[in-house]
Amino acid sequence: MFPSDLTTILPELVLASYGLAALMWAVFSNTQKTGTALVWLTSIFLVGLSLWIGLATTGTKQAFGGAFVDDGFSRFAKVVIALSSAVVLLLSRDYLDRERILKFEFPILVVFAVLGMMVMVSAHGLMVLYMGIELQSLSLYVLAAFHRNHSKSTEAGLKYFVLGALSSGLLLYGASLTYGFSGTTLMSGISEAISDGETSVGLLFGLAFLIVGLAFKVSAAPFHMWAPDVYEGAPTPVTLFLATAPKVAAMILFARLLMEAFGPVADDWQLIVGGIAFVSMFLGSIAAIGQIDIKRLMAYSSIAHMGYALMGIASGTEKGFQAMLIYMVIYTIMNLGTFAFILSMRKGGRPVSDIYSLGMYSKQAPVQAFSLLLLMFSLAGIVPLVGFFAKLYVFLAVIEVGMYWLALGGAIASVIGAYYYLRLVYFMYFGEDGESLDDNMTRTSQITLVLSGVFVIVGVANLFGIIDISQAATGMLFN
Amino acid sequence: MELIILFSPLLGAVLSGFGHHLYGERIAIYSATGLLFLAAVLSWIVFFTFNGETQVTQIFTFIESDNFISNWSIRLDRLTCVMLVVVTTVSALVHLYSVGYMHGDPQWKENESYKPRFFAYLSFFSFAMLALVTSNNLIQLFFGWEGVGVASYLLIGFYYRKPSANAAAIKAFIVNRVGDFGMALGIFALFALTGSVLLDDVFAQAESLSQRTIGFLWMEVNAAELAGILLFVGAAGKSAQLFLHTWLPDAMEGPTPVSALIHAATMVTAGVFLVCRMSPLYEFAPVALALITIIGAITALFAASVGLVQNDIKRVIAYSTCSQLGYMFAAAGVGVYQAAMFHLFTHAFFKALLFLGAGSVIHAMHHEQDMRNYGGLRSKIPVTFWTMMIGTLAITGFGVPLTQIGFAGFLSKDAIVESTFAAASEAGLMAFILLLIAAAMTSFYSWRLIFMTFFGAEKGDKETHSHAHESPWSMLIPLIVLALGSVFAGMLWYPEFFGYYVEEFFGPSVYVGADNHVLHDAHYVPGWVKASPFIAMLLGFGLSWLFYIKSPDLPVALARSQRPLYLFLLNKWYFDEIYETTLVRPAKWLGTFLWKVGDGKTIDGVLHLVAKRSVPALTQLAVRLQSGYLFHYALMIVLGMGAIVVYVVLFGGH
Repeated sequence: MFPSDLTTILPELVLASYGLAALMWAVFSNTQKTGTALVWLTSIFLVGLSLWIGLATTGTKQAFGGAFVDDGFSRFAKVVIALSSAVVLLLSRDYLDRERILKFEFPILVVFAVLGMMVMVSAHGLMVLYMGIELQSLSLYVLAAFHRNHSKSTEAGLKYFVLGALSSGLLLYGASLTYGFSGTTLMSGISEAISDGETSVGLLFGLAFLIVGLAFKVSAAPFHMWAPDVYEGAPTPVTLFLATAPKVAAMILFARLLMEAFGPVADDWQLIVGGIAFVSMFLGSIAAIGQIDIKRLMAYSSIAHMGYALMGIASGTEKGFQAMLIYMVIYTIMNLGTFAFILSMRKGGRPVSDIYSLGMYSKQAPVQAFSLLLLMFSLAGIVPLVGFFAKLYVFLAVIEVGMYWLALGGAIASVIGAYYYLRLVYFMYFGEDGESLDDNMTRTSQITLVLSGVFVIVGVANLFGIIDISQAATGMLFN
Repeated sequence: MELIILFSPLLGAVLSGFGHHLYGERIAIYSATGLLFLAAVLSWIVFFTFNGETQVTQIFTFIESDNFISNWSIRLDRLTCVMLVVVTTVSALVHLYSVGYMHGDPQWKENESYKPRFFAYLSFFSFAMLALVTSNNLIQLFFGWEGVGVASYLLIGFYYRKPSANAAAIKAFIVNRVGDFGMALGIFALFALTGSVLLDDVFAQAESLSQRTIGFLWMEVNAAELAGILLFVGAAGKSAQLFLHTWLPDAMEGPTPVSALIHAATMVTAGVFLVCRMSPLYEFAPVALALITIIGAITALFAASVGLVQNDIKRVIAYSTCSQLGYMFAAAGVGVYQAAMFHLFTHAFFKALLFLGAGSVIHAMHHEQDMRNYGGLRSKIPVTFWTMMIGTLAITGFGVPLTQIGFAGFLSKDAIVESTFAAASEAGLMAFILLLIAAAMTSFYSWRLIFMTFFGAEKGDKETHSHAHESPWSMLIPLIVLALGSVFAGMLWYPEFFGYYVEEFFGPSVYVGADNHVLHDAHYVPGWVKASPFIAMLLGFGLSWLFYIKSPDLPVALARSQRPLYLFLLNKWYFDEIYETTLVRPAKWLGTFLWKVGDGKTIDGVLHLVAKRSVPALTQLAVRLQSGYLFHYALMIVLGMGAIVVYVVLFGGH
């Protein structure tokens, strides 16, 4: 039994070994170039890892008595997480270098965060779930405060840590309540316990606390308050990282927990999740209008997007979960492209993030401006870009189960949300022609920005097969 | 060959419209003109070599949905042949004429490029018209129908800097929409009834349709009659028949070659063509036919009466067109489709001639169109004068009574008048009387035009008169060719269109019911009937001569003594005014109401209230909540959790 457990978690083991080895090597050979070398090495390693996970393994395997599962759903998430983290690392290098914080700890912390996320998406028991979340969160707390000479960065790290601790506490409380009322920490066991007996209020309490804990991780309203401050304060590469991979991991975990552990009481959580989605969409859209800092704006944007993705979970159907997966992939790619641009926003060598500095950017760099325009249109969900189809799928999913109010709310919220995305486009094309941004975009950023711009158009054709893959992945979860 | 005829104008349109940046205006224009001449020559070859059997050439599938099948195809029968010749010949000549006419147009500045656009529109029009006449199904026919409508709209509004031209273009388009709505309903009805839009399928079921009824509005009506009347609504719109005629005189805002091609020779005859094409249906719809006769005859009289007093040279000819189309409908209405097609054929020559002649006069007089400022132009522009004389002799129907010797209009118009008499029905008899009066009026206004323009003293601006000059050859050649047609087209093809060979000539393209002997009877009407149009013509000529040559003061005096009648005619029977008050103004009022109150105040108002007031307020609130204090954030989490717990306690676990 034990050897088979190890083969099941082999990717995680390899990643952990890599992280430890890299740490040792970096500590003992700490030179100027270690950070740069490790960034490259880690990105390549993550790409290789994702290829291995994506191509080599099939089927469903369980380990540690069912507390850990390796199935299509988790592999899909792991590939997305590893690949997006690799891109984040590549995009970060130049920014960190300029800010003189390209230390070897950065890639290593990212590695451990990724390890945490991989454990999260494979968690099939409450213990493993918590372990994954904590490993990921602790890495992220440190990353948020990575610019430690910078008061805003340390403030962000501290706030994130304190609130994260509170949410972890709630999560643990929920986990213990659930264990207390069902007698097991395995998701399959909880599900059986609910099916067998009458649903007890205690168990539902546990569910409620678990939902709160996870909603905090995906920064869904009203548990989102940390996001704008942390996004703004953290170094921009960390903001990018926070906005992408951890969101995917938490969303996948959210979906798995609700479906595999609390599937039989779907009626109870559907409305809760739907409500959270509803509030998130509106809050994200409305509050973003008031922002002039593009990083804060993207924080609210991600809150709104989490709302839309949660709609897919709220539907409680296979189609909805698939729509959520597609949504998260599209969201991640759009964010990578947008942040590739934000990372390069500088004036006189100093990073800036207010949206007025975009004034007439189209004149200065037409290709980049147009790519960003496409991304903004896509984020706003304008036909015929992929962002629209992402929304369409989740809307269809909730309409199918009769939650019209949610779809209607989503439509209204996306209209409100279109305002601030289009405002950025407005500044770029019709804004005031003030002091222009530095022309210092790295090749990596340019490629990422333009490629994601191309993706939001060309992806409409078949989303590069994501639909089929996500269907297969969700199918494994539901069978 | 038919394929080349159909597509060479389209190619010309593309070459001229899109290609002139590549190889310059000159090549663009000449390629369009050349391609049209190619089509014209091939059309005449087809016309002469056609063997009388209906042929269908499939091009490709257009729509295929269950039993709704519509293909792009070319149906070649006698009707198509005649229309091919008419359309391509007049179009080719008009293209050639335009090379001269459109040169140095004062509407445009020195370096503006407008000619390729004009030629592209002309060629596109020709393509659409050919698609219409070659159609083997109602959908392609409708495509062509709308295509010519678009081309007409573009060309009427060609001088888009003139507000009146834009208004006229819009008017033409909207009035045609009314007609097209009827036409579309007719096509829907036929498809609903027969399950096919193919002409042959529809025709095969025409007889059974006349025995069925169909619910329309609140009535149960005969299916064949309904389809016939609805299609006629479309035909009336395109052919400017009474009640839907108001756009045609205004369409004269377009350049004169356009008036000649579209609003005289070809597009406006599409309605007549449609009725003839649908003859297998109309033969089973006597009420629809009677309606067509009556509307046609009244239009002929109405338009001729208005033409009596108009002063704009192009408007006179426009009303004349309207009136002549009435003749054609009257003929089709009494079941003599061949006579209608005959008049359509000859009319194309002399009406295009008159328009192009008028264009030549306008060109000579520096775009002066008021006939009261003409006079004495005979010697200054002799070629134009003589060709227009021929055109006038043709339209007024000059010839030797009781024989088949005469100008084109003499033979075809007399054929129509005789047919209406021979129909021996109430509608036919009424049409006969109206058409005779109209013939006298036609003669009057046509000669009035000639007398006012070419005879008498020079009036108006002296300067303009002294500069009056003959047009270039590119304009005169089309005039001469058309003049030849106006002289001989009637005599040459009388046996085929109306005489001895008529049945053999038309073959199956026109269906004539078993009880329909009108065509045959028309040859045996009394002598006085045969001579009557000629006498009416003489009467009109005499009066005109008296009014404008003998004693030119008489018209003024008459207009003063009969002022109400004069104003009634001058204002076109007040049709425009009636439509303005009964239709246009209420529609505008409703539109303004929906726009200002419905859209502006209600929809925009509510949205503005919500969007402008509530969203910023909420944004303020959300921003203020984000205080930066940790305990606020923690409180928010606890409150959110509290809400969920309350929900679970109250509603969970059922």
